[in-house]
Amino acid sequence: MTSNPSPAGPDFAAGALAILPVLVAVVVYGLLFGTLAAQKGLSPLEVALMSATVFAGASQFVAVEIWTAPPGVLLLGVTALMVNLRHVLMGAALAPFVRGWSRRQLYGGLFFMADENWAFALQRAARTELSPAYYLGLSLPLYGGWIATTTAGAILGSALQDLEGYGLDFAFTAVFLTLLVGLWRGKRSLVPWLASAAAAVAAYSFLPGVWYILLGGLAGTLVGALLGPPELPERVREADNAA
Amino acid sequence: MPPDLLALDPLTLAAIAAMAASTYATRVFGYWLVRRRPVSGRLAGALQAVPGAILTAIVAPMALATGPAESGAALVTLLLALRLPLIVAVAGGCLAVVGLRWLIG
Repeated sequence: MTSNPSPAGPDFAAGALAILPVLVAVVVYGLLFGTLAAQKGLSPLEVALMSATVFAGASQFVAVEIWTAPPGVLLLGVTALMVNLRHVLMGAALAPFVRGWSRRQLYGGLFFMADENWAFALQRAARTELSPAYYLGLSLPLYGGWIATTTAGAILGSALQDLEGYGLDFAFTAVFLTLLVGLWRGKRSLVPWLASAAAAVAAYSFLPGVWYILLGGLAGTLVGALLGPPELPERVREADNAA
Repeated sequence: MPPDLLALDPLTLAAIAAMAASTYATRVFGYWLVRRRPVSGRLAGALQAVPGAILTAIVAPMALATGPAESGAALVTLLLALRLPLIVAVAGGCLAVVGLRWLIG
């Protein structure tokens, strides 16, 4: 369906090869996520289903952190929406490079959009045409790896007991801190994050439940809005203007 | 072998469906937005700030308002994550919290 049909096989292989180093991180996060989810009472099947349909690591960690029995369906849906709002910007940045794709390729491809394959896809698009086959080569190993390792973690995790003894009650905080290091954009991040931390600690001290997540997030977002638009990579801006 | 390997709770399934639907919406919405015009100005700034703001809000009570052991372990995690692979940072943070809780009591 593309205007310039490149040989699909080699493109897929090239994408899969490019994403290979990232899979190491997927294995680590995946096993850890599965273990923690099992501690909250999710079965391996439920973990596999969540990984296969949501496929967004940070939001899955957040969901399991605030998971209750029975789960708060609305709260979990809204929280996933907020944690994943960065996808909106990512999809906007990707849009100029997928104009030749068919509807099926587009809406199927967007389902797999995650931080890692998105970054590699933009890198590819800066050099040459981004074919659906290359994008799929980036995406499917991530997708398969995430489902497999989270499920394996859940099976292992349901066999483990007394995780506090290993400091695993701190694992969520540690994971989120490492994710934050990856999101750090210098001064651009500092002010919103300070606002968020202050609002969250205040809300945590005075309000019940997980209101502190929403209020902290809101405070940081408002400050981010006041700071104005972020810098996008040069090539993305050019493509935007050309389009 | 645990018996509940394939357990499937209806409410859990509903929660997963809600998460899946809202997450897919975020994935297609950005594309829809720029089909008309590029995202810019305060909206772009706000959208970029959301994930970091949410993650900060989640860790802040544990990292800043729980106790010196947790705050120290958070600092250890951050310092490790700047230079080393994430598994080392996460493991180091967990070990640090165990050690510091034992030291401080």
